[in-house]
Amino acid sequence: MKKVKLTLEDGTVFTGKSFGSEKPVAGEVVFYTAMVGYPESLTDPSYTGQILVSTYPMIGNYGVPDNSATRKVSNHFESDKIHVSGFIISDYSSEYSHWNAIKSLGDWLKENDVPGIYGIDTRALTKILREKGSMLGKIEFDDQRIGFYDPNLENLVARVSIKNTEEHGNGEYKIILVDCGVKNNIIRCLLNRGASVKRVPWDYDFTSEEYDGLFISNGPGDPAMCDATVKNLSKALEGNTPIMGICLGNQLLARAAGADTYKLKYGHRSHNQPVLLNGTDRCFITSQNHGYAIDRKTIPNDWEELFINVNDKTNEGIKHKTKPFFSTQFHPEASSGPVDTEFLFDDFINNIKKHKG
Amino acid sequence: MKNFKSHIKKAIVLGSGALKIGEAGEFDYSGSQALKALKEEGIETVLINPNIATIQTSEEIADKIYFLPVTPFFVEEVIKKEKPQGILLAFGGQTALNCGVALYETGILEKYNIEVLGTPVQSIIDTEDRDIFANILKSIDVKTPASIACKNMEEAKNAVEKIGFPIIIRAAYTLGGLGSGFCSNMQELEIRASNAFSYSPQILIEESIKGWKEVEYEVVRDQYDNCITVCNMENFDPLGIHTGESIVVAPSQTLTNKEYHKLRELSIRIIRRIGVVGECNVQFALDPFSEDYRVIEVNARLSRSSALASKATGYPLAFIAAKLGLGYGLHELKNTVTKVTTACFEPALDYVVCKIPRWDLNKFSGVSKQIGSSMKSVGEIMSIGRNFEEAIQKGLRMIGLGMHGFVGNTEEITIETIEEELVNPTDRRIFAIAEAFNKDYSVEDIYQKTKIDRWFIQKLQNIFKLSCELSTHSSLDALPEETLLQAKKYGFSDFQIARMVLKPSASQMEKKMIEVREHRKAKGILPFVKQIDTLAGEYPAMTNYLYITYNAAENDVEFQHDGQSVIVLGSGAYRIGSSVEFDWCSVNAVNTIRKEGLRSIMINYNPETVSTDYDNCDRLYFDELSFERVMDIVDMEQPRGTIVSVGGQIPNNLAIKLHRQNMPVLGTSALKIDNAEDRQKFSTLLDKINVDQPRWRELSTIDEIHNFIDEVGFPVLIRPSYVLSGAAMNVVSNADQLEHFLELAADVSKEHPVVVTEFIEQAKEIEIDAVADKGEIVAYAISEHVEFAGVHSGDATMVFPPQKLYIETIRRVKRISREVAKGLEISGPFNMQLLAKDNDIKVIECNLRASRSFPFVSKVMKLNLIELATKVMLGIPYIKPDKSLFELDHIGIKAPQFSFHRLLNADPVLGVDMSSTGEVACIGDTYYEAIMKSMLSVGYHAPKKNILISSGPARSKLELLKSAQMLVDKGYNLFATEGTHRYFRDNNIECTRLHWPDEEDRKPNTIDYIKEKKLDLVINIPKDYTRRELSNGYRIRRNAIDFNIPLITNARVASAFIYAFCKYNLEDLTIKSWNEYK
Repeated sequence: MKKVKLTLEDGTVFTGKSFGSEKPVAGEVVFYTAMVGYPESLTDPSYTGQILVSTYPMIGNYGVPDNSATRKVSNHFESDKIHVSGFIISDYSSEYSHWNAIKSLGDWLKENDVPGIYGIDTRALTKILREKGSMLGKIEFDDQRIGFYDPNLENLVARVSIKNTEEHGNGEYKIILVDCGVKNNIIRCLLNRGASVKRVPWDYDFTSEEYDGLFISNGPGDPAMCDATVKNLSKALEGNTPIMGICLGNQLLARAAGADTYKLKYGHRSHNQPVLLNGTDRCFITSQNHGYAIDRKTIPNDWEELFINVNDKTNEGIKHKTKPFFSTQFHPEASSGPVDTEFLFDDFINNIKKHKG
Repeated sequence: MKNFKSHIKKAIVLGSGALKIGEAGEFDYSGSQALKALKEEGIETVLINPNIATIQTSEEIADKIYFLPVTPFFVEEVIKKEKPQGILLAFGGQTALNCGVALYETGILEKYNIEVLGTPVQSIIDTEDRDIFANILKSIDVKTPASIACKNMEEAKNAVEKIGFPIIIRAAYTLGGLGSGFCSNMQELEIRASNAFSYSPQILIEESIKGWKEVEYEVVRDQYDNCITVCNMENFDPLGIHTGESIVVAPSQTLTNKEYHKLRELSIRIIRRIGVVGECNVQFALDPFSEDYRVIEVNARLSRSSALASKATGYPLAFIAAKLGLGYGLHELKNTVTKVTTACFEPALDYVVCKIPRWDLNKFSGVSKQIGSSMKSVGEIMSIGRNFEEAIQKGLRMIGLGMHGFVGNTEEITIETIEEELVNPTDRRIFAIAEAFNKDYSVEDIYQKTKIDRWFIQKLQNIFKLSCELSTHSSLDALPEETLLQAKKYGFSDFQIARMVLKPSASQMEKKMIEVREHRKAKGILPFVKQIDTLAGEYPAMTNYLYITYNAAENDVEFQHDGQSVIVLGSGAYRIGSSVEFDWCSVNAVNTIRKEGLRSIMINYNPETVSTDYDNCDRLYFDELSFERVMDIVDMEQPRGTIVSVGGQIPNNLAIKLHRQNMPVLGTSALKIDNAEDRQKFSTLLDKINVDQPRWRELSTIDEIHNFIDEVGFPVLIRPSYVLSGAAMNVVSNADQLEHFLELAADVSKEHPVVVTEFIEQAKEIEIDAVADKGEIVAYAISEHVEFAGVHSGDATMVFPPQKLYIETIRRVKRISREVAKGLEISGPFNMQLLAKDNDIKVIECNLRASRSFPFVSKVMKLNLIELATKVMLGIPYIKPDKSLFELDHIGIKAPQFSFHRLLNADPVLGVDMSSTGEVACIGDTYYEAIMKSMLSVGYHAPKKNILISSGPARSKLELLKSAQMLVDKGYNLFATEGTHRYFRDNNIECTRLHWPDEEDRKPNTIDYIKEKKLDLVINIPKDYTRRELSNGYRIRRNAIDFNIPLITNARVASAFIYAFCKYNLEDLTIKSWNEYK
């Protein structure tokens, strides 16, 4: 077996054992604290360019399910491939056990040519990332040498967004979904609520088209890279057609409204983030995966904060004071994670119903 | 905080009473947390709990404490007196909940205008009635097993017609699945249903989903409808084995995201519909072949699982639940670990915990060893690791049954029929799996027979395979470093590695184990300390909640080698003979260390305890109390010393081993501890200081045994050095019994000698609990047993201060104690048991550690013996108490709690081996008042009308004669078996004869009377002469237990209780809090 090591940009080296592809990779090293859902997380396009560290030590237990699809949307995965650049864990279950599993996690990583390392003190690694912030890192085998790579300098959205429009379903509400790296469960959530979804590339100009609702998806990287989307959004904000955004969509909506975004020290990547519905005593547990956030101080007057993170007080969503526009920094579509805020999709559909009259 | 209930100035908390199977130490932990939460809000707290050995019944925890039964009558009396505004029902298990429901239904809460803080009582009632509850769940589209509530046998049979076999029977309103069981045919149904009806007026016939995965969620809700699930847990054993009997892991291991969050969402939907404010536990069955599920149980209160979840995650469920009951929102409370983040979150674990039950079925004769849908375990442990292999191996050592992990147990039970074990599991199932691997069973074979998820079996196989690899080497130098490290990562102990690689003889074991230790230390293979911080490292946390793992590369904490820390070794798993009393001792030692400005380091692994609450000490190592682990921690912490004398026998046994490695043991020298533990050495010492003891000898042939008995005469106490089933320690009264005993203990030899001791009949048993400093006694408490010697001291009813001892006896006891303390140079706590017959005193046992009765005597005389002992051990100045036990104006009585009703077929009889699972102690102004309160606290009640006396040997007949007369005078109807009937009639006591069970055709018959519940109290004194009487006696006793009729089997206790209830009506008992007894 080849020796594999993870080198961080501060010079720290961790050595472990390989259970995926033996391809050297470089990217931004981030940690997530969810205890379930590796098939969903690994296929989440928002992780593009990132080497993912799981704080939960035992991974691979229930294998990997098949790639069946319903209404052209995969049943089990969040996109059509693994998006993380590398996967770092403590303990790997080479044997798995689950009724819907068809292969092991290791085999799946190999098929997708993604390296995986186990035998790492992921808690020690996490503490470094927590203290020093997310940082660049690289995975190398034996005597390979590669350079560091900063994915945030690149327009990752352009890389993961679809190239041509796609149609899903034929429900009564026509929704334009701007794909900045959309997770399949957003599409499932919309389809389950009677929508027909037109999924369009991130820079697609939808402003002259007719639609009942506009949806801005999640996606990877720095929102400042998506000027084309922001430009189209700004135009949409002049109208009154309902808009909903998630994660990167939250940040893009904010930028279109005139607010700023900034990079968090090490981001939120977990299933246990508490968010407070602003001005109420309602608190929700949410699934999150983001490295950037809206600068609260820059939110313009005609907008207000919809949700706030109870722990670090960062913005978790905004809404327009008068128009049916809102977005969340967290993931109401979950997958993976808690489903407590899925009702926000209902709110979106209700906005559409109201708007249609 | 706008909805904070500021009108609540005083609140009552109901405790759970004595520890019993299904309701144990976890409620000391949850109650203590609730009391702390109330106190923090400035609310005056009133606690009702007769369990005197708990930590919650301490003056620092509750403002007023009533050592009274948790029953509606007494709670109402306390309400009248204390006039509280609020009451908390969710922190004292099913006992508190049932009492709360009764208070609500009888209108008492309304009458005194008492607000229930937390979940409304009506919600609790709804969850307790399974039929109503199933309908509620149906209304929110939540599935439950098809189930039909039945009130009688005919309804039960009709229900089965509809559902079809196999079915499971459940009884409503019972503890831990009592009366439950599977039935696959009509015959089984008839037996089980009639038994279940004896516990509950309503039973449920349910579809059987045996073999499904069992998964639990701990859910929290506040008044704003905010909900979180703090933890989920997956049972290793599939459905069919009670969750209290199953190995449990947290978080779940084999559930996908979809399954995890589907069940999570259902849990939240349920808690919202019920309207819980606080904490609730939801148990699911999950189909192993689809995402189908059933809700199998909901507990709208803190539970054993919630205590486990608190310890597994670091999230203080009971503390938070109490705060929510006061009107806080989750988001208004802080995460008590990080101190900066909110309590409204779900802990992220970066480790796995494993809970393993501890059974003590060997303590009972006749009990079935099979585990199933009702609970038999008496305690549990929780192990923590960064992989399953590590956690399970640690855990299997922690249960303390002489096992060294999953493998490497050469002295293990022979499992002749692995097949049978795998299909019909007993308490040894996990070792049967190890044995199956040994016999070349595949993962698939084992899965097919056990239905344990293959993932767990694969992990166990990893351990097995590595053990095989280890065994191929025969020296440490030949063992590849990589393999050694992997073994440590898989949780192998140095002991296991020594055994597999070096294969030493038993006498060489300790030496070889240390060789392994030295070898791996030289190679730099060392464990690391990790924190439990609730957020998997996401936020910095100053948490002191620690565990040890080899699956790591660095420590989370630093060590201050400043000589200011002291390690306290806790008591491990609760078991018969060692439970909450030692937790009280451990916690008090820790408190004293902290008060003295030193840092306390606690090591313990029992999730049911207060000592494993990270609030209580400066550092908590939730880890093994093995020699290896304690040495690891001592190496890292380099403390001033280690206290081994407050946690019972486990730490006590480590004293000499630590001493041999030059580790500082505080208190009495380890060599002296060894002198007291070693029978021969102790005997020599007693001879030297002229102290008498019963004659005894260690014998290794049958002839020697006969010869010795010829010398001392019957009866004798026989103690095998090695416990064979049915041949545990026993009193043998005649040649017949001796022969029977020797048949069972066939293997008497040089390797397995037996100790035979003369047994002195009709002797009083006396205990002294004391603290000495450099051989001089500084404080002591002498107590006496109600029973004559022969009943294990843990099962005895204890009186303190003694009421019926001669002054001369007490003087002699003191003198002997002084001599022993001096002879053993005791510095710290010790306990001695003595026999007294006509002022003739003999020592029977001496432990140089705290005993079970330390909290009892400390609380009754209001002198904390552990605090004093700790000061002595730390070498800190203290004030020598001048309290004399004769100054007390009140009397404390400690009474045992038995759990025979849970142990199918066990003979509910007392003997020299302990069988009680818990105890209470109540204080009274008179002896009989204290007796009455204590007996009521362990579930007895003054009988209404009919009493059966089967009085056994002549001595007991005599003992009971006066009591019987009192009963007749009081207007009770007396029933008696043949001999007793004759004896009573001869003495002009009116009674009706009931025929023996084996005289089935002769009416009226004892068994009919019991089954028809015509009796309110059964007194059956075992007489050990003929087999026929033994069997008849057994049937009377067992049926009394099975049909829930109070049973007393000791003549002196029976007589004391009869006197008590003849003298005192309930209304006559004084309602006084602890601090009112000056």
